[in-house]
Amino acid sequence: MVLFVLLRLLPGDPANALLSVGADAAQIEKAREQVGSNLPLWQQFLRFAGSLARFDLGTSFVSGKPVIEEILARLTVTVPLALMGFLLAVLVAVPLGILSAVKANRWYGGLISTVSQLGIAIPVFWVGILLVTVFAVTFRLFPSGGFPRRGWQNEGQAFYALALPVMTIGLVMGASLLRYVRSATQDVLGSDYLRTARALGASFPQALVRHGILNGAVPIVSILGIELATTLLGAVVVERVFALPGLGSMLLLAIEQRDYPNVQGVLFISTLLVLLIGFAADLTQRLIDPRLRERAVGGNA
Amino acid sequence: MTGNIISFGKTAGHGLRARASTMAAATLALTLSSSTAVFAEDAKFDPNASITIGSLYEPQNLDNTAGAGQGINEAFNGNVYEALFTLTDAGDVQPGLVAEQSVSDDGLTYTFKLRPGVTFHSGDPLTAVDVKYSIERVTAEQSKSSRKKSLATISAIETPDEQTVVVKLSARSISLPYNLSYVWIVNDAAKDLNAGEDGTGPYRLDEWRRGSSLALTRNDKYWGTAPTNGEVVFQYFTDATALNNALLTGAVDIITSVQSPDSIAQFKDNPDFTVTAGQSTTKELLAFNDRVAPFDNVKVRKAIARAIDDKKLLTSIWGEYGTLIGSFVPPTDPWYVDLTAVDAYDVESAKALLKEAGFADGFAFKLDTPNYDPHPIVAQFIQSELAKVNIKVEINVITANEWYTKVYKAHDFQATLQEHVNHRDIVFYGNPDFYWGYNNPRVVDLIKASEAAANTDEQTAKLKEANTIIAEDAASNWLYLYPQIVVSSSAVTGYPVNGLNSQFFAYGIKKSEQ
Repeated sequence: MVLFVLLRLLPGDPANALLSVGADAAQIEKAREQVGSNLPLWQQFLRFAGSLARFDLGTSFVSGKPVIEEILARLTVTVPLALMGFLLAVLVAVPLGILSAVKANRWYGGLISTVSQLGIAIPVFWVGILLVTVFAVTFRLFPSGGFPRRGWQNEGQAFYALALPVMTIGLVMGASLLRYVRSATQDVLGSDYLRTARALGASFPQALVRHGILNGAVPIVSILGIELATTLLGAVVVERVFALPGLGSMLLLAIEQRDYPNVQGVLFISTLLVLLIGFAADLTQRLIDPRLRERAVGGNA
Repeated sequence: MTGNIISFGKTAGHGLRARASTMAAATLALTLSSSTAVFAEDAKFDPNASITIGSLYEPQNLDNTAGAGQGINEAFNGNVYEALFTLTDAGDVQPGLVAEQSVSDDGLTYTFKLRPGVTFHSGDPLTAVDVKYSIERVTAEQSKSSRKKSLATISAIETPDEQTVVVKLSARSISLPYNLSYVWIVNDAAKDLNAGEDGTGPYRLDEWRRGSSLALTRNDKYWGTAPTNGEVVFQYFTDATALNNALLTGAVDIITSVQSPDSIAQFKDNPDFTVTAGQSTTKELLAFNDRVAPFDNVKVRKAIARAIDDKKLLTSIWGEYGTLIGSFVPPTDPWYVDLTAVDAYDVESAKALLKEAGFADGFAFKLDTPNYDPHPIVAQFIQSELAKVNIKVEINVITANEWYTKVYKAHDFQATLQEHVNHRDIVFYGNPDFYWGYNNPRVVDLIKASEAAANTDEQTAKLKEANTIIAEDAASNWLYLYPQIVVSSSAVTGYPVNGLNSQFFAYGIKKSEQ
């Protein structure tokens, strides 16, 4: 509903995307009729709500293709991109975060936190452009952008095309994640149970691995959920820099053309994905931490 | 076009750098690189090469009567679909699928004999019925073709036999063959033309990945000369920088039309690339709403034209590229007259004219400026130029889509900036209902009469006169003609350089063996 109204508040008309300079009044009217933008707003809303209730996302005003078909095609780019970027971020952030907390008094501990601070301050598109300049234009190691025509039928090429975008997301997300991991680790380091474990004779690494990781993971998992969701939505920028045919670039184009069914479809699907990720993060937390499970059961009793 | 170009990532003011010093060197490099192009053509080429063409204009769908945008003309005209006539890259109209034509003495009946032995990609033979169907698709009620109006004089299409089409007109139309070059001949049995095709061209559609690429493969059953390559892939970008990087890294072979002046430098001094400047038809306009005060006053319009230094503007945006124009007609049109001297840059006479018009103290107006390059930079330039004659410009930035609703449809504006890409579009000044509302009965008559002319000399004479009148009336302020620059890897040759009406014939492109 909110989405519907906000979209209609934008000046412009979806029919415009179909027309060009030279079209006459009759052609303009015909195009408006075709996309339904000549109808009163409440009628447009009824149409929209009606089809949404049937899980029908409609067809694009501009391309005439079913919205869901195009979203599915583009998810094959966005989902792998987000997941791989996320995985890379975790691989970077978790070990480095723990290291920088444990060795905070060493030079590299400080260095890691400084670099991560920088990583947060730098905008994503800048990292992307920098990577393109260095790895694509100067060293010719990776393609500067685009996605292979055959998509995942040619896996090697597809991975190759995604290398730099994944690195971009991984680095930027890794930097912010690192700080959460670091502070979670600091909490763990100051905790009573760790001191107790040490007192019972465990070495420091043993105690950290045995008791620290799981305890520290609980808050991190919920952050991870949020970060993954942000990556899916925030892929817009990265997709743009690397000219990838993903969900984000579809959303941008659809807004530009006032292709309402496409905008609504993309936002609907991404909201759904975000909810699913949130749910998954919640479940994972419960698996890790028995206390959360008990609380939930206790609530029911 | 009404801009489906999105150009984020490029900042205003980018182009405003002096580059006079590099001018001489650039011209030299240009000459050198075109000579290497000729040389490479003699070298052995790979007949099955895959050519990747980088473009900023992705079609929105695959049907040019369903609002596909200029991108579909680029990819499909002459490549996938052919027409009865072909507008060549040099600007001539030549027979395409027509083998013979005859015109009745009154100019109202055209008889076309079709080329024998032509088949569609689906295998069906080309017949007169297909031609009739194809023309009627453009003139049909639901057609969104911007050329619909120019075919309005067609009163009937007859198909006496399989190979003959007779087109009857209600009035003489000397541009009929030209206008028919826009009409794709499609199979009347074809189903989904929005996402598929059935044409007669040298390529067939292989795959379209929306948002990414469109691939064409050679049609081995083509009736004419076979293409000199095996496959053509149009790779689409939304950002000019990403497109340039793709060419630099070898991911694309050609950029159809370079839109970022700053990027040319990195290609033109590099022997791996060829930079070619062709003839352009894209005009940058400061269009007044001639219906509303103060722009209904010819003196005000002329004063503004004299107050803006077009040359400085062009040089600051495009350096040594681009052409100054004195009216809406580019030098490639037969009815071009050099009118740059009309209302040439002269601030003092601009002030005098404003005084005569009763605006000695100037006035203020709102300039609707599309948000993509180069319009925001041009708007700032105009703002500072007009400040010298006490005219205050308020810049109102709008998107392409808003432009179409506000300016084109509702005529709700004082002045606007827009680029007009089409070839032979002076006819817009003969339509008083057009967005700029220029209404001079003499021009309307001349343009109408030029279409009914018995021969091209008469047509040219009439349009020359109309052209001169619109310039004298300062109907709009024509700032400059964009350059048309194609950049390619030096391994490929044989591509069109003018890109008239956004066409990009790919069948002659050769890629040398590596």
